[in-house]
Amino acid sequence: MDLRSPALLRRVWGDPVIDDSKPIFVQIAELIENDIVDGVLAEESQVPSTNEFAAFHRINPATAAKGVNRLVDDGILYKRRGIGMFVATGARAAVIGRRREDFYEQFVRPMATEARKLGIDGEQLAAMLAREPGLGTQNMAGQREGAM
Amino acid sequence: MENVSKVYRDVRALDGVSITLEQGKIYGLLGRNGAGKTTLMSLLAAQGFASSGEISVFGEHPYENERVLSRICFIRESQKYPDDFKPEHAFKAAAIFYKNWDNALAMQLARDFQLPMKRRIKKLSRGQLSAVGVVIGLASRAELTFFDEPYLGLDAVARQLFYDRLLGDYAQFPRTIVLSSHLIDEVANMLEHVILIDKGKIILDDDAENIRGSAITLAGASARVESFAAARTVLHREHLGALTSLTLEGTLSPAERRAAAELGLELGPVSLQQLVIRKTLDAAGVEEPADSPDAARKNARMGASR
Repeated sequence: MDLRSPALLRRVWGDPVIDDSKPIFVQIAELIENDIVDGVLAEESQVPSTNEFAAFHRINPATAAKGVNRLVDDGILYKRRGIGMFVATGARAAVIGRRREDFYEQFVRPMATEARKLGIDGEQLAAMLAREPGLGTQNMAGQREGAM
Repeated sequence: MENVSKVYRDVRALDGVSITLEQGKIYGLLGRNGAGKTTLMSLLAAQGFASSGEISVFGEHPYENERVLSRICFIRESQKYPDDFKPEHAFKAAAIFYKNWDNALAMQLARDFQLPMKRRIKKLSRGQLSAVGVVIGLASRAELTFFDEPYLGLDAVARQLFYDRLLGDYAQFPRTIVLSSHLIDEVANMLEHVILIDKGKIILDDDAENIRGSAITLAGASARVESFAAARTVLHREHLGALTSLTLEGTLSPAERRAAAELGLELGPVSLQQLVIRKTLDAAGVEEPADSPDAARKNARMGASR
């Protein structure tokens, strides 16, 4: 596994980390999306200001604003004049929908490449997946909904 | 700054430099020692004369121009103060000069950096001397603020404090800040724009986000790496046994990324610091060490032609 992967660092340090793998504004947008998917940022709740994002992640405020504005353009966040930025209704479903589309390219393909390299066949792969709790017959998003 | 050169006796410190600083951005002025960073900043701060070229700040000539100078703050790496000055004197002098001076902020910062206000500046440690400059640079809230390697002697905690206070105060009071630093990894994420200077010439002048995506590393079996990169600009090439690692200019499309992954090639990001090193080494024409495969090949070719 890539030791610099943000996901791993977050697990180790318990804190989102900005790295060099992508433009910072993209990473900021993804971090906010993660919080929306996880339910940390509920729909219609206020998100931190761009200056707060900038201070927390120690990045340029203009860059933080670019990340936030990207989510505004996508309809994930919306502005209330003079008050701040809020999570749009339906944002969570929209983010999850888009991420599902990307799931195959982002996760399944690299896994398959590594599996071929190691001589792990489809059957063994399926068996490994079956060992993961919650990946049996139930679908994952449904289970998450229930958990919340 | 338009086509500006500065010649000291036999050294051309700046060579035909043209740059424009936009209002309200944090600039990183990067480059090796002696590249011309301090010269460039001191000309903009009217603390020296250009040998040729045009300089205008806030639309006016800066020299001896009180209207312009009171809006500029230049924190030098080794600022000199009068012998009997204590930090409190330096702050009082700054308060008179800078019209946006915030004394409450200065006192808060002095406490944060644990500055002894009543000790003579001469007697301060290197880090405390730097802290005096940092306090003045931030509390002056000048519309154009230069920090020339302001961190000498500051430990990691104090540097982080400086970065945090800089970002925090900049967010509240946006202004143009030019930060020259060798600690590129530490400041990279704070910069909105990067100017890279080498041997008196500007070799890079672009938004930090553009630069961030402007190169990529590609590593794997040599033949595969080379054939994949055939049509691309290679910034740097390293070999390790049968493996090759290339730094390539530009980005890869998702399809190209997939193709690279299927060839078993590893893709990696290039940090601003790595890119600056690559660019300044290239510009300096530094030869690969003699025992590197590149140099060996070059030598072999030269030998053959003789």
